[in-house]
Amino acid sequence: MDGRERARTDLGRGRPRGYPRLAALGGPAWKRALRAQLIVDESWAIGHLGGGRFDPARILGAGIVLWLAWVGSTAIGVLAGDLIGDPLTLGLDAAFPALFLALLAGQVEGRRGLAAALSGAAIALLLVPFVPVGVPIVAAAAACLLGLRR
Amino acid sequence: MSRAWVLVVVVGAATVACKALGPVAIGGRALPAAVSRVVALLAPTLLAALVVVSTFATGRELVVDARVAGMAAAVTALVLRAPILVVVASAAVVAALVRAV
Repeated sequence: MDGRERARTDLGRGRPRGYPRLAALGGPAWKRALRAQLIVDESWAIGHLGGGRFDPARILGAGIVLWLAWVGSTAIGVLAGDLIGDPLTLGLDAAFPALFLALLAGQVEGRRGLAAALSGAAIALLLVPFVPVGVPIVAAAAACLLGLRR
Repeated sequence: MSRAWVLVVVVGAATVACKALGPVAIGGRALPAAVSRVVALLAPTLLAALVVVSTFATGRELVVDARVAGMAAAVTALVLRAPILVVVASAAVVAALVRAV
């Protein structure tokens, strides 16, 4: 069930969820600073209800689960990483793009969303050979400026 | 503390500060409409960029390898409306199989 479907289901139960925009992260400054740490690609995507609306509880819940999994599996990797040998033989490097693709599938809305996603992908791909690792992803964000048009 | 650990702590602290900056500065206020339209596009745009880069890039080189076969499996699983875990696992399994043969 993706964010949009979940949102629709909740609306159907007469329990509207989700705050508009970043109002999702209210409260005192120290709380906002702490909560901000739980916002990563995955929790952001899971908490996105569509149309720029976010469910703070979903973002934070997903963020906590992800953080525990991240730290936990890092610890397991440090202690027992040698046991699984080369991660490539398990195809783990293909798991990441597949995860991002699955998240992406629930995020593309309308022609503008599709245009932004395709442009972002093109920008990133074109830049890979020419700039340091990581920069293509940051540069892809320029495609979001499509949103400036009404 | 070794130099590596000093680096880890410094870069970690900088990352925490960067992440906190936006929500602390903006707080609970609503963003202008134009900005929030841009923000709404961040998720699909960055995810799409991550998909292609993590599929085709090895360092600064673009390559077609077993990951592409894995992604084909992932797309198939998505079209069949499989749960996310199945999508991810099918990509890993297919990529591993392609490498094994």
